[in-house]
Amino acid sequence: MPLSALNCQFHALPGPLPMQRATVTREQWQMAPAAVDQVGGRLVSLWGSDRRGIDGGFAVSAAYALAEGLAWLSLPIPVPLPDAAGAGQASYPDIARVFPAAGRMQRACRDLLGLVAEDATDQRPWLRHGAWPEDYFPLRRENSGAESFALTPESYPFVLVEGDGVHEIAVGPVHAGIIEPGHFRFSVIGERVLRLEQHLGYKHKGIEKRFEHIAPLDGYRLAGRVSGDSTVAFAWAYCMALESIAGCEISWRARWLRALLLERERVANHLGDLGALGNDAALGFGLAQFSRLKEDWLRLNRELFGHRFMMDRVVPGGVDVDLDANAGERIRRQCDEIEADVRTLKGIYDEHSGLQDRFLTTGRVSPKLAAQLGLCGMAGRASAQASDLRMDFAWEPYAALQATMVSHRNGDVAARVTVRFEEILESLRLIRETVRRLPQGTLRIALNPLPAEGVGAGWVEGWRGDVLVTLELEAGGIRRCHCHDPSWQNWPLLEHAVMDNIVPDFPLINKSFNLSYSGQDL
Amino acid sequence: MWRMLVQIAKNGLRTEPRPEANDDWRIERAEAERIHADILAILGRALTIREVDAGSCNGCELEIHALNNPYYNIEGLGIKFVASPRHADMLLVTGPVSRHMEVALQRTYAATPAPKLVVAVGDCGCSGGIFGESYASCGKVSNVIPVDVAVPGCPPPPLDLLRGILTAIRRRE
Repeated sequence: MPLSALNCQFHALPGPLPMQRATVTREQWQMAPAAVDQVGGRLVSLWGSDRRGIDGGFAVSAAYALAEGLAWLSLPIPVPLPDAAGAGQASYPDIARVFPAAGRMQRACRDLLGLVAEDATDQRPWLRHGAWPEDYFPLRRENSGAESFALTPESYPFVLVEGDGVHEIAVGPVHAGIIEPGHFRFSVIGERVLRLEQHLGYKHKGIEKRFEHIAPLDGYRLAGRVSGDSTVAFAWAYCMALESIAGCEISWRARWLRALLLERERVANHLGDLGALGNDAALGFGLAQFSRLKEDWLRLNRELFGHRFMMDRVVPGGVDVDLDANAGERIRRQCDEIEADVRTLKGIYDEHSGLQDRFLTTGRVSPKLAAQLGLCGMAGRASAQASDLRMDFAWEPYAALQATMVSHRNGDVAARVTVRFEEILESLRLIRETVRRLPQGTLRIALNPLPAEGVGAGWVEGWRGDVLVTLELEAGGIRRCHCHDPSWQNWPLLEHAVMDNIVPDFPLINKSFNLSYSGQDL
Repeated sequence: MWRMLVQIAKNGLRTEPRPEANDDWRIERAEAERIHADILAILGRALTIREVDAGSCNGCELEIHALNNPYYNIEGLGIKFVASPRHADMLLVTGPVSRHMEVALQRTYAATPAPKLVVAVGDCGCSGGIFGESYASCGKVSNVIPVDVAVPGCPPPPLDLLRGILTAIRRRE
């Protein structure tokens, strides 16, 4: 245990993946980032919770990914004594100096709970744009979340780039396409991008507060709508967390079926994005072909699982779908057909000089930068960050299926395209194997009686990267449910990826990551 | 180039499959042809749509994108998604409308010229859905701008979206 030097008392959280949790002291909290960094670990998420009903104070948590599994460190923060001004400040030591990805998460933690990262270099609000006042903290237990305030627009101090010929291009929040809203501020000279600064949070709709008003057994539906394109991943992570608290193990059949749905979600998203990437590089042919394949894929989802995106099909205790031999055969046949087309299209993409001219060296994130800033998931694997929860740990069904990780070093649009192509082929293989070897078992077990109190976590490799759901129950209800999307880590890397590229390449670079706005705005 | 042509030729025109009685697609095509005729009869020209995501989970956007695929071929019907509200006849709005998108949505609506049709998309656009109203959410789209038609579904499949778009046009007959 690399964290052993900290002397934390870890206790294991039951689940298919190795996960453990420890309550730490301020000193341990402060030492942890360097200890994690030293052994090549990374920050998964940072969030706060109001635990005054449980142990009398607040808490800030950090989840780190290590070779041994997930380490969830929770630092209790006492309720502050009122200072001279009448309001004390609850605070904790900043960890963004070691893990820059923590910066925005710490700012969000302040906006939602009023917990402040001491001496953090960036203290600007992140998720709060003036829809609620600075001293209202929606995730505090005394607030119901139903409060409504007059909109007081605040100007957001963007970093100003100055110099001869520098000008700004402001884009959004309403974007010129069928895209989620957010604001991008480009500082450019001519066509060349000197700097991009993102301002997100436009889609914040109070999801984490909403969880407090939902029964634990129903929360999977809300988790499945954190980011619609990752609905299976989030629903699975939520259910894993709930099953962790209940201490129950779902059947092998249910576990394999969950993996089947997750891989189908991965293929659907990669198909869609590969088409859009061709289109953004002026190859309309690519969009037409890939969107046709995606539609075929979604229609079979609808037919076999009752929903094109498989929403609400992963449920607490198992799954709400089943496969008979006939359905299995149809899936197998479709995988064969799609694979043949994808291989043909890969050949066309690879040999299309106009397309490769746009893809190669564009939007590059070097492996070094990716490691420094914590690029994760599919985009991370295109920049030599070889991490994928499906293969990092030996767990079923991925161990039995001998799932193989895809990774590349170049870190440009071309590398992300290649990773997507190869991941489709691997997922098609996994799907066929799953269908062929699907074990027998109960589809869904009852989780009752659910403990009234407890903590659990769920960690799943969605198509974009690893999603984490942490759940804290209190008095039979949800006290805190934190949903983490890998977009939190990867958005800041997009700012770096576009530097020195030309403005017209931004849509292409952006699409090669295709990050979630909703998943990070919550 | 040769391989692209082969691939195109091999797949043929997906919007015109063989007319078989039990072919699901034929029903969809019949519906699509009716939509095409209606748009021409009512507007007398192409319909332009500005899509506004006012706070969705992005599930509705996936289905709106699907409208552009060769099966639904929405541009072939004379319906086009445009980049600016100033070029749009219709706003296709997904929700719930977050508080942070309230002003942006109002301004987008103000920038849209007549006939200024609005179709609210999805359970959240219709009612606030699972997110409801809160410190951060205005709930349904009609809480923020006038709505002509609300298309339910989570998310509504592409054909429902097409029907919703058509219904909005008919309401302005």
